[in-house]
Amino acid sequence: MSEETHAIRLRVNGEDHEVTVPVRLTLADLLRTRLSLTGTHLGCEHGVCGACTVLVDGASARSCLILAVQADGTEVTTVEGLAEPDGTMSPIQRAFMEHHALQCGYCTPGFLTSITEFLRENPDPTRQEATEAVSGNICRCTGYSGIVDATLAAAAEMRGEGAGA
Amino acid sequence: MTTRFVGSRVSRKEDPALVTGAGRYVDDHVPSGTLHAAFTRSPFAHARVRSIDTSAARSMPGVRAVFTAADLADLGVSGRLPLLVPNPAILHPITQEPLVSEEVGFVGEAVAMVVADDRYLAEDAADAIRVEYEELPAVSDLRLSAGDGEGAGPAHADRPDNVAARIRVGYGDTDAAFADAAHTVRQTFTVHRGTAHPMEGRAVLAEFDRMSGRVVVRSATQTPHLVKRSLVETLGMDEDSVRVIAPADVGGGFGPKLIVYPEEIMAAAASRHLEVPVKWIEDRREHFMTTTHERDQYYEVEAAFAEDGALLGIRGTMLHDTGAYLPWGIISPYISSTTLPGPYVVPSYKLAVDVMFTNTTPTSPVRGAGRPQAVFVMERLLDEAADLIGMDRADIRMRNLITADQMPYSVGLTFRDGSPVVYDSGDYPATLRAALDKADYDTFPERQRAAMAEGRSIGIGFACYVEGTGLGPFEGATVQIQKTGDIVVTTGAAPQGQSHQTTLAQICADQLGVEPERITVVTGDTDRFPHGIGTLASRIGVNAGNSVHMAATDVRGRVLRLAGDLLEVSPDDLELSGGRVHVKGDETTGYAFGELARMAVGVPGFALKAGETPGLDATAYFLPTQATYAHGAHVAEVEVDVETGRVTILRYIIAHDCGNVINPTVVDGQIQGGLAHGIGNALYERMQYDAVAQPITTHFGDYLLPLSTDVPVAEIVHLESPTPLNPLGVKGAGEGGTIPAAATVVSAVEDALRSHGAPRFTSHPLSPFDVLTALGTFDGAAA
Repeated sequence: MSEETHAIRLRVNGEDHEVTVPVRLTLADLLRTRLSLTGTHLGCEHGVCGACTVLVDGASARSCLILAVQADGTEVTTVEGLAEPDGTMSPIQRAFMEHHALQCGYCTPGFLTSITEFLRENPDPTRQEATEAVSGNICRCTGYSGIVDATLAAAAEMRGEGAGA
Repeated sequence: MTTRFVGSRVSRKEDPALVTGAGRYVDDHVPSGTLHAAFTRSPFAHARVRSIDTSAARSMPGVRAVFTAADLADLGVSGRLPLLVPNPAILHPITQEPLVSEEVGFVGEAVAMVVADDRYLAEDAADAIRVEYEELPAVSDLRLSAGDGEGAGPAHADRPDNVAARIRVGYGDTDAAFADAAHTVRQTFTVHRGTAHPMEGRAVLAEFDRMSGRVVVRSATQTPHLVKRSLVETLGMDEDSVRVIAPADVGGGFGPKLIVYPEEIMAAAASRHLEVPVKWIEDRREHFMTTTHERDQYYEVEAAFAEDGALLGIRGTMLHDTGAYLPWGIISPYISSTTLPGPYVVPSYKLAVDVMFTNTTPTSPVRGAGRPQAVFVMERLLDEAADLIGMDRADIRMRNLITADQMPYSVGLTFRDGSPVVYDSGDYPATLRAALDKADYDTFPERQRAAMAEGRSIGIGFACYVEGTGLGPFEGATVQIQKTGDIVVTTGAAPQGQSHQTTLAQICADQLGVEPERITVVTGDTDRFPHGIGTLASRIGVNAGNSVHMAATDVRGRVLRLAGDLLEVSPDDLELSGGRVHVKGDETTGYAFGELARMAVGVPGFALKAGETPGLDATAYFLPTQATYAHGAHVAEVEVDVETGRVTILRYIIAHDCGNVINPTVVDGQIQGGLAHGIGNALYERMQYDAVAQPITTHFGDYLLPLSTDVPVAEIVHLESPTPLNPLGVKGAGEGGTIPAAATVVSAVEDALRSHGAPRFTSHPLSPFDVLTALGTFDGAAA
């Protein structure tokens, strides 16, 4: 193969990987096809829909618009890395289930990673703030109300308040 | 017996895998040796293919094969894609070829296929294929296609006119109605839809196995059985050699995934030829160009009213844009034409529909399926009539709504399934009243005046609809108690987020006395369930739901009979609970289901009872005699910023009646989700083409999908008018959130701008440019 390749190292969901990749391989495709982490989905490949959102060094990023080589030396968290190692789901994952925040599930991983970052930065959001926080992800099934409900519920749980908000 | 699970908010069984990234969509399956396909697509909307030079592509890295139409015979592919829903009204039943051989019909149509080691390499090679096109005149505009104004060249070179079909519907004497009318409203409407854009595009993985001679095709489809039928026909295979699976996880459908597409045929053909798995995953740009849309309709209609606002008749013409082909026949325009009278008493009606070809992406039903357009027209006519006559908009509707004591109500038209349109149950005035009350309609004038005093323009709008659901012919189900005691429901239905695995388990659970979590639901696999139609048109709850109910009832009966025989008691003394059958009140007696299932297959050498069949399973097909009609009413309170043209929805109320409800959470989710599509139709989504039929909105920066900040949280009022037409009394719930939304929002915008002297709104979507143009404050050249 005549394509230019690079060797890169990155940590994904706590596990270290060393891979040699073509320069033009996107981070999303690296995750999906080389690391078999198919939870990250491709909805548009032009950075608008947010389905491909992962956390790169803790910050949400569109993995469809990042080259794998750009992730060299970073720590990436995908939807598969949101639960505890023992399988205990994160508050936002549980809240999604409790508040019917998903139907087909295709956009869901991108919402979960985006909201994980948001709640870290804003642990006590108003409904309007939560609504705006998820306005960078497109859902075609739910009409968003369950997603916002789940965000508020997870925030409340993380503040130790249980249900409500 | 009482229902424990049907009617309750059972948690979704689908969710744990999906929130942990463990879903299995088509692209997540990666059998070893999979090759990847890419297609070379026409950049012209209408052209003849003069030559194709694949020599450069064939020698590029990683390329394993290149196919054009000239290779189809060697691939064993013959003919065009089948016309899935024929109709005698279709004058030119043209469908797509697997690869274009001579004449391209729309931008994006595939003329060559590359199969390579990965998608990147396949696309490199697809770009290197040199196609010589002879451009032909392209027609992009619906009205130009029909010959208004200068007219345009034919969309298909061998057809001098662009009429794909003519539909004529009606009843009663419209001439007399208009002769007698005290008031007449005449209007033209341009109703623009867009496209569905499920978050997962199309996807197909074909695996041909040389040893068995079978091809297994995984496709993100709503209709695995129709895909199978199409593959059998075009690939010349026998039924046992083709298996189509719609995976349990498909990322949305909303209509366009019910069509069978060329790429599905070609992936299977390539896999068979190369004897390796071949995968094609659509990207969003391809989706914009090649996955079906549901676009324009143009109406010229008039409505006749008596002095007191009673409708006397409606008549007119409609043009419908089918794009370059007829992938789903003429279902959308037909549904539009039979939906227009809606929930109102319309004594006479006549609509002439011409379905026109244009050199654009073919159109087919998208959530609402032609009804949103018809509802828009009817509701705008009523608003205009109310204004003309000097009546309140709610009063004119109440004057004309079919009442509960008129049920069942025969409209006088024939539905798409050939049966008469007969509304089975529902209290339409009560539903509108419930919505208006919830919206505080009676006090709105005060709110409007108060807002005006603050310099704010607010308006209120509403619309009513009726929706035929639960279409036949069937969607069957098998319920099986296996020898392990596991309970499995198998159905031909194929979900894309509609929660079938949960709702169908609930129905079975009520009959077998077992928690839904313990019931496995298997969907969308032509090997596991041989006869199926598809998940579309809000039909699975009615069809598969009732089939599951019937099959589970049958299995319940077998369990009771067999246990009764073994225990020598009457079945009436037995009950089912916790996966066992036992004497009522004494759980120590009786048998576990698994035990009974093992006994039900008999013992070698011993006879079964006469008339019995082995096993504890049953298959049932509920056969609807006609559609069952859901209905509802929406109310929206909006604010319009007259400086920017921006519309903000302050409140959105939905009164919704889908008969008995299987899972209220699922229904609420369908309504809210449907509303998002409706808001898109009303304000954001416009799929645009230029004068030479080039698509000019081909990414999400140009084509706007509603976001969380755009979709209001619907305040839902539930009404339940069970239908007598099926054992569960259920109606479909998938599209009610969408159908009247554009009419509702536009009515509210018009109300908000009434005092600014804005003209009537007769089209949608309404962008800020459209609002400002209507206000006369924008010299509209853009948008």
